[in-house]
Amino acid sequence: MNPKVSYAECSARERLQRLLDPGSFHEWLPPAERLTSPHLAQLGVPSSFDDGVAIGRATLAGRPVFVAAQEGQFMGGGVGEVHGAKLVGLLRRAVRDRPHAVLLLAESGGVRLHEANAGLIAVSEVMRAVLDVRAAGIPVVVLIGGSNGCFGGMGIVARCADRVVMSDVGRLAMSGPEVIEASHGVDEFDARDRALVWRTTGGKHRWLTGDCDALVEDDVAAFRAAAIASLDASAPVTLDALEAEHALLARRLALLAQDATEDDAVALWARLGVADAARVSDLDVHEVRELRPA
Amino acid sequence: MKDIPPGLETLEYAFPGQRPAGDFAPVLVGVVGSGNLEVLVEPAPGSDCSIRVETSARGFGTIWEAVVRDFHARHPLAGVRVSINDMGATPAVVSLRLDQAISELST
Repeated sequence: MNPKVSYAECSARERLQRLLDPGSFHEWLPPAERLTSPHLAQLGVPSSFDDGVAIGRATLAGRPVFVAAQEGQFMGGGVGEVHGAKLVGLLRRAVRDRPHAVLLLAESGGVRLHEANAGLIAVSEVMRAVLDVRAAGIPVVVLIGGSNGCFGGMGIVARCADRVVMSDVGRLAMSGPEVIEASHGVDEFDARDRALVWRTTGGKHRWLTGDCDALVEDDVAAFRAAAIASLDASAPVTLDALEAEHALLARRLALLAQDATEDDAVALWARLGVADAARVSDLDVHEVRELRPA
Repeated sequence: MKDIPPGLETLEYAFPGQRPAGDFAPVLVGVVGSGNLEVLVEPAPGSDCSIRVETSARGFGTIWEAVVRDFHARHPLAGVRVSINDMGATPAVVSLRLDQAISELST
């Protein structure tokens, strides 16, 4: 058996290389095309030849897929104008060419603030394009396990997908910890409290609350297996599904209406029916997988 | 540092190569992150090895020149174009990335 390779520690391109069928990735708009940001140089910030995202087609377990991988080390995976346009182009091409699935290897702090409005528009276009792909009956699968997590607009994009796969080190949320602390104060959220950050945004939490569909180890092979298992995960976007989701969120909010004496996240898990809620942070991934309430 | 304008600094170098690199698929290594850089190596017409650097760390032209000169002494390639986006990588990291790119080129 091959030794475990940390998904979190891989670059976007290493993930593509190891997650997809060997040698199957064909990149569109590769670095040599130099499709770089028109904004960053004006601000004295270096560009990247791929604007922080690699897109293309590949096969996964022999089946044709379209795939995008965001590079978290470049601008925190922030979505700028070109970066967003590449994602949108990939998704629109999926509607036309009908691959078996679209995989988004997300790692992003959200909109790239240097490109404010262009980035915001780009993210909203990505959301619309994801929903168009789903409406065409092609599953969109988001994989989250990079050290920058998946936040802001990309957090919303992830929850627009058919399926979300996360590792325990992966994080998924709207506002990031520093943003919450800056806007609501350290009493509301201490962004330096790493355990708190993972209790409220980490893969285990998202698994227990049902916000992600598969919880895996921080291992590229585990992500690959989960991605293969997600290839037929198409879930139609219907009014019923949307209303069921709203009802689920309303129940979750009601569970937190009464003050908790313990930590909010632990209280939520316990009230959702998770046995051993207080021990979740110390448990291994395979143990937490068993704890999700039916 | 006063006479250096704000923004990125662009540095360009060209060396006469000795070992033709031939035709190859472009190679990209590294990431534009803090203290890191990306290096893109492509085939180019002619017999030069040209190197273009865009860096956010301004005022280090002398050190860059020494680093790329050493690189060319190790790998006197002809007909290649090396493009670098740098975010303050140290000379050692730059040398390692350049060597990494060349090793991927020959595999």
